[in-house]
Formats: sequence, C-alpha cells, structure tokens
Amino acid sequence: MELLNQISEYLQQGDDEKVFELTGIAIKEGISPKEILDDGLLAGIGIIGKQFKNHEIFLPDVLLAAKAMQAGLNQIKPLLERDKIPGMGKIVLGTVKGDVHDIGKNLVGIMLKGAGYDVIDLGKDVASEQFVETAIIEKANVVGLSALLTTTMPVMKEIISMLKEKDPEGNIKTIIGGAPVTKNIADEYGADAYAFDAANAIDQIKLLI
Amino acid sequence: MRPTVKFLSKSLIEQIISEAKDILCKLGVKIENPELVSKLADYGARIENDASKVFFTNEIIERALKSVPKSFQLFDSSGNETNNFSGNNIHYTPGSSAINFLDYESQDIKQPLTKDYIRYVKIVDQLKYIASQSTAFIPTDVQDKFADSYRLFLSLLYSGKPVVTGTFTAESFEVMKNFLVTVRGSKEALKEKPLSVFTACPTSPLKWGDVSSQNLTDCARYSIPVEIVCMPMAGFISPVTLTGTLIQHTAETLSGIVISQMTNPGTPILYGGSPAIFDIRYETTPMGAVETMMIDCAYNEIGKYLGIPTQAYIALSDSKFLDAQAGLEDGMGATLAALSGINNISGPGMMDFENCFSLEKLVFDNEVCGKTLRMIKGIEPKDDFPAISLFTELLEEEHLLISKHTRKHLRTEHHFPGSIINRASRSRWIEEGSTTLLQRAHSEVERLVSEYSSSHLTDEVRKELINLMEQEAKTHGQGSLPEREV
Ligand code: B12
Repeated sequence: MELLNQISEYLQQGDDEKVFELTGIAIKEGISPKEILDDGLLAGIGIIGKQFKNHEIFLPDVLLAAKAMQAGLNQIKPLLERDKIPGMGKIVLGTVKGDVHDIGKNLVGIMLKGAGYDVIDLGKDVASEQFVETAIIEKANVVGLSALLTTTMPVMKEIISMLKEKDPEGNIKTIIGGAPVTKNIADEYGADAYAFDAANAIDQIKLLI
Repeated sequence: MRPTVKFLSKSLIEQIISEAKDILCKLGVKIENPELVSKLADYGARIENDASKVFFTNEIIERALKSVPKSFQLFDSSGNETNNFSGNNIHYTPGSSAINFLDYESQDIKQPLTKDYIRYVKIVDQLKYIASQSTAFIPTDVQDKFADSYRLFLSLLYSGKPVVTGTFTAESFEVMKNFLVTVRGSKEALKEKPLSVFTACPTSPLKWGDVSSQNLTDCARYSIPVEIVCMPMAGFISPVTLTGTLIQHTAETLSGIVISQMTNPGTPILYGGSPAIFDIRYETTPMGAVETMMIDCAYNEIGKYLGIPTQAYIALSDSKFLDAQAGLEDGMGATLAALSGINNISGPGMMDFENCFSLEKLVFDNEVCGKTLRMIKGIEPKDDFPAISLFTELLEEEHLLISKHTRKHLRTEHHFPGSIINRASRSRWIEEGSTTLLQRAHSEVERLVSEYSSSHLTDEVRKELINLMEQEAKTHGQGSLPEREV
C-alpha cells in the first residue's frame, strides 16, 4: 500500500516528523496497527538493517532511522496493546556489578529500541538480583548483560545461574556481550546467545524470541 | 636539533584552553563522590541544586595549574633514575591492562595466567628501549577481587623497573600503596623517588566516577604520580571534529588536575589520555587511526603549553596479529609520539584496540622504540667540520671502515636493531633459516625469558611483599597463591 511504503521510505531516510505524521494518517484511515507495524515500520527498519550489515550505510543512519521508528511506534503502541497484539519483545539490559562501562551497552539499547523492542535499561554497576527480579516481574523475553572487565565478567555467570533457578522452564533467555566476552565464554557461562556488536545483538535476539 | 612535529598553533591552543575552562565554569563536571564534592565547594567551586554537579572557576583552575610540577622522575627499585619526564624527553611503557593474551603456538587469544605474567615481566625487565613496566594484563588464576594488586605484586617481585598501574576498586589502593612503600623502604622515600604511576580515568563526557575520583585523591595524599587518562570518542561521546574533542579532553583533564592539586598541591601529574575517534562502521575505537594519533599529539602540545609532562596511548595497533597493519600502526604512532615529545608513551605489546597483549609484539615494538629514540637525537655534526681531512683520508684509503672517525662515531650515529629486524641478504637469510618476523620475535621472547636473572630485591623485602600479598588474598578468601617459578 502506498501510504505504508511511504512510511517505510521516510523511516529509511530518518525523517521522524514525516513518519509521525504518516503513521497518524494511516491510523485515521483505519489501517490496522499490525499492518502499519509490519508493512511500514518494520519493513523500513529491515532494509536499514540489511544496508548497515553490507556497509552501505553507517551507524548514525541507523540511529536516525531508529528514532523515526520510535516516532511511529509510540503512536500505534496503545492500539497494539488494545488489540492484544504482542510487541516485538521485552529486554532487560544492564552492565553488571562492579563495572561502570556503559557506552557499548547504551548503544545496544538504542539499537534495540530502534528495532522496536521494549528495553528496560537498568544502567551500570547493577546488582545481580536486580536483573533477575526485574526480568521476572516484567515478564521479559531476554536479559542482556554487559561487562568490560576481566574481573567483572564472571558476575554474568552468577546472574545466568540465578535466573535459571528462578525460571527453570527457561522462558527468559540471556544474551551477553562486552570486550572480554566471546562465543566460547557465552557457552561456558550457559548464556543463550552472544553478540559482538549492537547490530549483531539485534540479529541474535531475533533468533531468541 | 631535535626534530619535532606540531599540529597546533599557539593561538589555537589558547583558544582550546579558554573554551575548556568556559565549559568547566558554565556547564560543570559531574562528580559521584560526595566527600570530594564538598571539599571542592570549600576550595571555591560552585555546587548547584544537583549535589554532584561541580562548577569550577578560573581562579581554582589557575591555582591548581600553578602547583603542578613541571617535571618529575621515576626511579627503579634500587633508586636509579629511569624516567625523566620533562621537556621533550620520551620514554616508552607497555600498553596496560589487556583483557586477552595472544598465545604464540595457536595464534589465538587466551585468558592470561600467572605464568604468562611472569614471562612478561622477565622480558620487559630486559628491554632496552622500554623504560618502565606497566601492569600489562590481568592474570585470571586468582580471585577477581585482588587481580589488580596481584599484577603489581608480580611486577615488583620480578623486576626493578618502575610500574605504570591502576586499581580496579577503591579498596585495592591500600595494599598497592603498601607494596610500593615496602620496596622503597618508607612513605617519605617513596615520595622522594616515585616507583610507580597510577592511572585515573574520568568518564567522558565530563564526569568522574566514585572509584576513579577516589583513586585520584588517594594517590595525591601519598604524592604518588598520576596520569589522567580520559577517553573522549570523536563523533560519539565527544565532538566529531578533532578540535572539538581536544576541547573536551582539555576540560576533563583540567578537572582532574584541580581534584589532585586541591588534595595535595605538588602531586606529580602526567597530562595523559586515551582518546580515539569512533569508527561508526564497526562500533569501535581505533587506536591505530591517524586521527587518534593526531589528537594524542595535539593534546600533548596543550599539556606542554600548560607546563605539565604528558602521556598518551599511542604506538599500539588494532590488528589481531603481529602483521603489517600492526607494524604500520605501531611505527607510525611511535614516530609521531617521539617527534611530538610525548613524555610517557604507552602502547608497546598491545593490539586489538587495548584488548590483547602479545609478548612477540612487545619485543618487536621494542625495536620500533629503539629506532625512534635514535631518530629524535637528530642530525648533529660530530667532528664533521672542517671536512677536508676526512675526505682526504677517504680518497686515499678508498673507504672509511676502519677510520678513527668511523670508530669513534659508529655506535652512536648508527642504531643497531636486534635480531628481529632482518637486514641480511636474501641468500644469507635463507641460509639462516628463512625465518619470518613472527618466528624471530618468538625466538627473542624465548631468549629473554631464559636469560632473565634478577636479584633486585633483598630477601627481607621479598618476604614482606609476599607476606602482604598472601594477607590480601586471604582477606578475599583465597588461601594460597598460584605457584611461581623463580
Ligand atoms: C571507554 C573506556 C572506559 C571509560 C568508560 C566510560 C563509560 N561510560 O562506559 C572509563 C574511563 C570510565 C573506563 C574506566 C575503567 N576502565 Co575502561 N575502557 C574503556 C575503553 C577504552 C573503551 C570501551 C568502549 O566504550 N568501547 C566502545 C563500545 C561501543 O564498545 P564495547 O564497549 O566493546 O561494546 C560493544 C560490544 O562489546 C557489544 N556489547 C557490549 N555490551 C553488550 C551487551 C550485550 C547484551 C550485547 C549483546 C552486546 C554488548 O556491543 C557494543 C556495541 O558495539 C576500553 C578499551 C576498549 N577499546 O575496549 C577500556 C577497558 C575496557 N577499560 C579497562 C580498565 C582497566 C578500566 C579501569 C579499571 C581503569 C582504571 N584503573 O580506572 C576503569 C574501570 C572502572 C570500573 N570499575 O568499571 C580495561 C579492561 C582491562 C581488563 N582486563 O579488565 C580496558 C580493556 C582498557 C585497557 N586495556 O586498559 N574505561
């Protein structure tokens, strides 16, 4: 549909005002929120993701698109909830206790929000219990942990085991990242996924949910 | 003449400093350390509604700048001077605190262990062009809680060279300071002859966390030299322009200088940093980027303008192996750093941004350092004028191989690299095993480890150090330390 194509186009250009305006028109015209989401917003962000991966566009382009995505998403969110259409997923994110490195984690958060996920960012130097409690209370789909120090990385293992105890069915998945983390370490710690950067984090989380 | 490079004019330096001061006075710095904030208020800073936001004044910045020493020295464990941070003197120190260790056999990363760290110290102890050690990586076979003090312990135990180090928590400072006092003999002697430089890192943009600000003040209380290392990332958490990032770097560094000098005027400081551009394609902070090196050299000029000795993370590489990219980035960084006169050049041995340490790269980089140290001696006439007599000899003898002039000046005019740098003819190179650079670097690593011998500490000091470390380990619930070879 032309209008939804336009939403996708403007989103790719990072024009949040236009996306806001057109999403409003689409709602007024009675297009279902699910269609606006799938064929407008997500269609656009999907193309952005591919172009980013192919090095055709760069991080700032993605962030602009993400901002435009938010502008549209904020409008249809209440309608999606009304129609009981599940969101993309809820992610609890944070940097583990003893570690104040949050630049990479923040970038992951921005990108996830941009991709349409609900992100609860607990910040940095976060107590292990807080990750687990928040994930349970908020019925999160994924817990994302960040650590940049050799000395704080093992805290992630502790959080993953605590979570497994509280959520034996494994409904809440875990993904970890940060400079010292590797795929091997993620396996060793029992994490469900590992990502080396923010774009990769979106790909991995898609597979988890 | 000592060759130098410059990136900034005097007027640009003055403009950058003036903007930085403006930012400190008008936008302020967030300091997550209530005790320190109230001291800064007493010192003359303005605190507004937000109790952690500190607004500086030109007066307190100037007061702090006046008391920073214009130079200072480091001394080895025997009390001999190793580093003289003044003027355009340069000294190299290995890159610090890598996460991973590059294993030679597998050429893959692994988590470093005590035995790797000891090999590292044995090597750096003998490297001619690397003046000090750094706590280069974190052995992972001890508990995390004391991993920071443990590496300083191993460094002091195995080598007399001074150590560039830092703490991971506020609590670790005490035992680390005690190690230093033990080696030096007393608090006063340590102040007289510094054995170490601690790293204190503000959080860009314009913030000091509780741990790092605490470290900065703890070091000041004992007059332990500090390098202030802020990490603006151009285009991400600092302006994309190099000038804009320099303004931020200046503001963050000046804020550290005020905290340190307020706590104890005269505490030695290195005007340092680890800025980088942010590569938006890969979400990384390339240390080998030419713009990163330009920022380093430029803030060094600002530090010098302020009359403070300087430091930078330069002469390191983003490569994952000791390959041509590593050679390019180390060579270029070290050359620029040397020509700029950065007083403490942190980098050798480090790769993969600041994440991985390699012993082979360390010994290779030592060669890079050697060349640059020769280069900055410049071209100086030595018995060259008048030229007639030497040229008469050359024309008569048809060579100068055994001339007095040659014999007198050969060893100082020409720099002789070690076995890693190959200058053999192709045939001789084949005859000698057709080795690659990596193989030669590895042989050098093995040679240095096997030839190591050090008895720089008395038995008494050694025992006391071990005792302190074991006590610290016990308080963290670790009964015994990993085995150490001699
Ligand atoms: C910037 C920085 C700081 C800043 C952090 C500011 C901030 N707000 O985060 C400051 C100055 C505060 C800092 C402090 C310290 N730092 Co620091 N720091 C760095 C540095 C240079 C860059 C990190 C960074 O932001 N990179 C850019 C981002 C975009 O990349 P990233 O963090 O890797 O994140 C990406 C991926 O890893 C991944 N990812 C990250 N998190 C997550 C989470 C999930 C769920 C997923 C899926 C993916 C993911 O996606 C991200 C986006 O691409 C690194 C070295 C390096 N080059 O990595 C050292 C480094 C991590 N720091 C180090 C050290 C030693 C320290 C200090 C102890 C220094 C000191 N003595 O004070 C303190 C520690 C304080 C503490 N307790 O935490 C060491 C670690 C050593 C070790 N072996 O553990 C490093 C490696 C540098 C070094 N060699 O010395 N540091």
